[in-house]
Amino acid sequence: MTDLQHVDILIIGAGPAGLAAAISAREDGIESLLVLERESQPGGILRQCIHNGFGLHRFKEELTGPEYAQRDIDRARELNIPIECGVTVLSVSPDRIVTCVSPTFGLRRIEAGAVILAMGCRERPRGALCTPGTRCAGIYSAGTAQRFVNLEGFMPGKRVVILGSGDIGLIMARRMTLQGAKVLACVEIMPFSSGLNRNIVQCLQDYDIPLLLSHTVTDIRGKERLESVTVSQVDQHRRPIPGTEQVFSCDTLLLSVGLIPENELSEGAGVQISPATSGAVVSDSFETSVPGVFACGNVLHVHDLVDHVSNESFRAGHAAAAFVRNRSSQPVPQAFIQVKDGAGVRGAVPQKIRPDPVSPVTIMFRPADVYRNATAVVACGDKELLRKKAMIFTPGEMVALDLKPELLRGMASTDTLTVRIE
Amino acid sequence: MTQQITCINCPVGCRMTVTLDDATKAVLSVEGNTCPRGKNYAIQECTLPLRMITAVVPVANSATPLSVKTASPVPKKRIPDVMNALHGLIVHAPVSIGQVVLPDVCGTGVDIIATRPLT
Repeated sequence: MTDLQHVDILIIGAGPAGLAAAISAREDGIESLLVLERESQPGGILRQCIHNGFGLHRFKEELTGPEYAQRDIDRARELNIPIECGVTVLSVSPDRIVTCVSPTFGLRRIEAGAVILAMGCRERPRGALCTPGTRCAGIYSAGTAQRFVNLEGFMPGKRVVILGSGDIGLIMARRMTLQGAKVLACVEIMPFSSGLNRNIVQCLQDYDIPLLLSHTVTDIRGKERLESVTVSQVDQHRRPIPGTEQVFSCDTLLLSVGLIPENELSEGAGVQISPATSGAVVSDSFETSVPGVFACGNVLHVHDLVDHVSNESFRAGHAAAAFVRNRSSQPVPQAFIQVKDGAGVRGAVPQKIRPDPVSPVTIMFRPADVYRNATAVVACGDKELLRKKAMIFTPGEMVALDLKPELLRGMASTDTLTVRIE
Repeated sequence: MTQQITCINCPVGCRMTVTLDDATKAVLSVEGNTCPRGKNYAIQECTLPLRMITAVVPVANSATPLSVKTASPVPKKRIPDVMNALHGLIVHAPVSIGQVVLPDVCGTGVDIIATRPLT
């Protein structure tokens, strides 16, 4: 093993989160900076998201995924940020020693003043669904199929059923259709789709693909290759209703059934994970429970919009730069204002706020259900700090509540903020 | 005659009913929208629905295809024609991001452009 290398800030992942964090840390004057990326090129999942609709908030225009990524890649190049591709991080220790491996350098250990976790998320696999049936070929996660079609130039199949109506599943319904496949149905266990209306209209309705709500796949048949799936209607407890079975003859089943932050490295570093988000528990500076280890983007909590990933990661990059610079001069806060999920709220981030913050704090969360004409409330005991009304809150759209520093002034670390929908 | 349209502008997803003149197909009324954006969208969808098209095209001597898009939206009914035109296309490196790889696709007046650099 080679000597221990040192960098001020090490960023794991060169997707939109890692790139934004690196850019903001560099803009804050951090000279010694390194981004490690497992793939052969930077850009992360955006590289395979060739559809448009990215960047409306950040750039006020609709870009495709590769175009959005290229803007950050170009900016990182202008700033001479080193991005090493083809490097897999094996572990992060609690004292921020990162062990990684690559074909060029072999095994390396790098000591970092701060580490920013930006590894993104992965798709929930078939095994997590407990669907009965045979273990045949032809079952892919929607993102894997997207990678095959858009990056590697292969079609995974000809007759397709899609389980789950999240946006990736909807996007792939259109993508497979445009490339000549027949998409027979998009099957959703919930009585509503978690995908955007725009995708339901432009990816399913435009191509007459049926959306079967309150339905799920109850059997998978095929010896070598998938031959058919059975789809059944479910009751309000999501239990299949006997007698409602329909059999679809198909060679491909795509799963679009949720995303999970990829936190193997974080857990190895001893980072506390939130059961609500499956990501790290962080403060308003995106610092995890391990000092000097920060997290942002989909590894922290799964976002719907890359614009939000970038904004969050810019903040995380600034915070990591401040940590590196002020390590000796500023005491680490020992106690925080706690942020708790109230009624109708799932996975509020950050989970803790430093007393008397100097910059605004954005609390993001996912509604637990569909609420019409409702109000999101941030309260401290009986005192309401913020109310935000909306015609609709849905689990498919993350809610962001901006708290100005003056709203939090004078609050003690023994205080708890509750976020709820009423 | 009437047409049902689901609005795509925001998560509310208003269900709108558009009444069209039977002979001229002109929009007579839009009901069910809660904002002006919904009304404009409904009229557009019932008169000339437009869509952006994104796809990948093969690259000569490379396994990795190039991602492309229409430079602006094209009439929805032209999607099959545009896809057919793209199926016959092979591009050669180098291509810069935004470069036209197929001008005026299918006589729509819209170019197909690259959405990533190809070196």
